[in-house]
Amino acid sequence: MDRIPVLRMGSLLLITIQVDMHDKLALQLQDDVTHRITEYGSTGVLIDISSLEIVDSFIGRMLANVAAMSRVLGAETVVVGMQPAVAITLVELGMSLPGVRTALSVEAGMELLLTAAAETAYGFDDERSQA
Amino acid sequence: MIESQGPVANTTAPKVRSLTKRRADHKRAAPLARPLSPGPAGHGQVRILIRSNADILEARRHGRELALRLGFSSIDCTLIATAISELSRNIVLYAGHGEICVGEDHPMGATGIVITAVDHGPGIRDVRSALQDGYSTSRGLGLGLPGVKRIMDEFEVTSKPRQGTTVTVKKWKSN
Repeated sequence: MDRIPVLRMGSLLLITIQVDMHDKLALQLQDDVTHRITEYGSTGVLIDISSLEIVDSFIGRMLANVAAMSRVLGAETVVVGMQPAVAITLVELGMSLPGVRTALSVEAGMELLLTAAAETAYGFDDERSQA
Repeated sequence: MIESQGPVANTTAPKVRSLTKRRADHKRAAPLARPLSPGPAGHGQVRILIRSNADILEARRHGRELALRLGFSSIDCTLIATAISELSRNIVLYAGHGEICVGEDHPMGATGIVITAVDHGPGIRDVRSALQDGYSTSRGLGLGLPGVKRIMDEFEVTSKPRQGTTVTVKKWKSN
């Protein structure tokens, strides 16, 4: 397997990472997500990392990159399902993933993305985007 | 000044051996409860050659397995596996190839895991800078070495330009 599937669901992209990712796979995913956003005009990206037992600085950087690139392309990213041990490791490593939205579950993440999309559509987001 | 991996192996190996012997005395009839790590390294040490991205996964999998076997908490297992991940990535990134040794240490009844990363790459020109957050010569975040130092209990790096780098880290089991 040399690709992590990026699924389209309406205006959102869903990614579930279920394998221990090596670096090339992570870079490939980063590429794929940005291409899908432009291809489908997605407004949100949900990345489920609940199966990931390790998020080191490389994977952490990939997640931050995806969030940053998506934002530039007009899509919000939310990372869901982070294991407690992974959260502790990331903070200890010095990576608190600034700019990456997180939620505990897929459901909560989905809600976050849909709310964000609605806010943007109605122009409620102006203040935050300036901050 | 570079330290070959000799001294490290010498300090850990005999302790491990004596521990196994002691355990064997206690339960003479019992079969070996946990399989010793494969390969010629012996003494509970696993040696993983690091040449590619795939080897990084292999190395951290071995580390996590040993940490679990030694009874580390799940959080510690993740911290240990992450440290191995960072160290082995440094090998691939800077030296091209090298090796990771994962072993155990039991001084005075304590339980620890010892990870040694050895390469014969270009070496670190400025070790002090390399240990500071944000210093990177590879466009990374520069969190690798300082991050590893933070998530482990003991950290030692020796490096000599054009000869290589050895990083030894330990984590002790709490309680």
